[in-house]
Amino acid sequence: MWKNLMDWVEYRLPIMRVANMHAIQYPAPRNMNFWYMFGFLATIVLVNQIVTGVWLTMSYTPSAEGAFASVEYIMRDVEYGWLLRYMHSTGASAFFIVVYLHMFRGMIYGSYQKPRELLWLFGMFIYLALMAEAFMGYVLPWGQMSYWGAQVIVSLFSAIPVIGPDLVIWIQGDYVISGATLNRFFALHVIALPLVIVILVFLHIVALHEVGSNNPDGTDVKRKKGSLKEDEKTNFKIHEYYTSKYDIVDDIVPFFPHIVLKDLVGFAFFLLAFCYIMFFNPEMGGYFLEHPNFEIANPLKTPEHIFPVWYFTPFYAILKAVPHKLGGVIAMFAAIIALALLPWIDRGKVKSWRYRCGLHRWNLLIFAVVFIFLGYLGGTPQENWKITASQIATIMYFGFFALLYIYSKNETCKPVPARITE
Amino acid sequence: MSNVSLDAHDSSEAENQPENNTRRRFLTVATSVVGGVGVVGAAVPFIASWNPSIKAKAAGADVEADISKIEPGQLIRVIWRSKPVWIARRTPELIATLAGLEGQLKDPNSDEEQQPEFAKNTHRSLKEEYLVLVGICTHLGCSPQHLKDGAFEEYVEGVPEGFFCPCHGSKFDMAGRVFDNVPAPLNLVVPPYMFIDDNTILIGSEEGAA
Repeated sequence: MWKNLMDWVEYRLPIMRVANMHAIQYPAPRNMNFWYMFGFLATIVLVNQIVTGVWLTMSYTPSAEGAFASVEYIMRDVEYGWLLRYMHSTGASAFFIVVYLHMFRGMIYGSYQKPRELLWLFGMFIYLALMAEAFMGYVLPWGQMSYWGAQVIVSLFSAIPVIGPDLVIWIQGDYVISGATLNRFFALHVIALPLVIVILVFLHIVALHEVGSNNPDGTDVKRKKGSLKEDEKTNFKIHEYYTSKYDIVDDIVPFFPHIVLKDLVGFAFFLLAFCYIMFFNPEMGGYFLEHPNFEIANPLKTPEHIFPVWYFTPFYAILKAVPHKLGGVIAMFAAIIALALLPWIDRGKVKSWRYRCGLHRWNLLIFAVVFIFLGYLGGTPQENWKITASQIATIMYFGFFALLYIYSKNETCKPVPARITE
Repeated sequence: MSNVSLDAHDSSEAENQPENNTRRRFLTVATSVVGGVGVVGAAVPFIASWNPSIKAKAAGADVEADISKIEPGQLIRVIWRSKPVWIARRTPELIATLAGLEGQLKDPNSDEEQQPEFAKNTHRSLKEEYLVLVGICTHLGCSPQHLKDGAFEEYVEGVPEGFFCPCHGSKFDMAGRVFDNVPAPLNLVVPPYMFIDDNTILIGSEEGAA
């Protein structure tokens, strides 16, 4: 009876085929370590953001007159409104934490290299959409930091020659940041951008499963058809979509349940940290929810210190490091574009930093430190030494890519093992 | 084969069998139950947040009405939860006529749950003199008119006073009981209420209940 029903559905909708192809019979390298859980975590946070976002929309008023009061209403009067809002605001920061770690994983193991260039690009598009989504979401409570943050970010476009000033007015829908701006940001934040992100995530996963998952060794687990002896092939049942094109090395496990269970262990620890912040420290000392935002937007008074939320501060530091308006904006966007171009800047053939030269490992680690340092510089009050420091850090940021481009051409790497080693 | 031994990785059929099925099943069930509890717990705020907010609860709170200035035969209206509530002071003569109408009513003894327990009597009220009703017709939600001094006789012969719904012609007596042969199926609703003192009615709560 049950089987008949399932067959009836399967004949019309390939549920089991998709589940097999993309989970139960998807070959995942068996040495995927905990660096590989952040994609899974990002997906869960995305679901959290969508669900809590839908619920917040039920009580939020998208207008300059009502927004701030409606957030107070959510916090004080709606049953569990405080929890739904903190799930959403903590989720926003958590999203960027897991996405940054996810990106760094891709960098250390060379997951952007051929044939995963498009996969990396989709990831960068997700990152861009996520930044727009987070920025517009931060405007919605209509507090002081919402208002002045919007003011600064939108003003970036005024640096564009000729059309800049008109473009700013067009984006604002007014001559200043106003209720019109708030309403369009609301529409983009709750409908347009989430839709874009979900579609991009779908494409990201489809592209990943087409080329296959990388692993910490960077050793390919899919080999040319007919190149492996029988005892070198995996005994796990792998979907014929993959086995018809490749021989699969005996170095894989099915994604479900093996990798999923490993990810769930990571998820448990993630939840522990997430819930601690959400319940005991949702403002995170003013980094997740900035203190000036507890005051209603006032177009006549800029807060004493103004900086974006922590996940934007590295790029904000680059913007401030360049003593030229247009130059700063270009440098900031170039910092993101450079990341997107990584598959072409890195001319190396070896993926994982395990088998690449010592310079590459140092380069990556220093890049990570510089990125965090830039975040510190962009997220703390202005001081004189910080200008010089952020200029040096900016040069070092771009230096990572310049160096990589140079040494990756004729790099001396260790031999990559033919089979996964651990 | 790799030189590292992983249980799930070893290939022969026999080695693939779990060593202790009971233990494995226990772990699977225990993990699923804990996870299920988590999911149910996480659902609580989403479901609970659809309840009336504190603001809505404040707007739906009990309403006090001063009845010291109502003359016999007069009816006043107060708003409770955005609904009209009638408070009528009935004359002893009017109360005396209520029992005689029973033959013309659908539910003369208030058997249907349209009132708190204390109002399940001929006069459908706490004190005989004061009638408290939600002024919404049980047919389709219009608010009936209070017709008195013989104006109601146009609709029910021999009954000088009552409620008439202009929407579909439903008729109710001065205890809110519905007459036969009208579209409204039930008597008018008596809200929970109590007397704080002789001059004040609290609508929304009854004595003894929270």
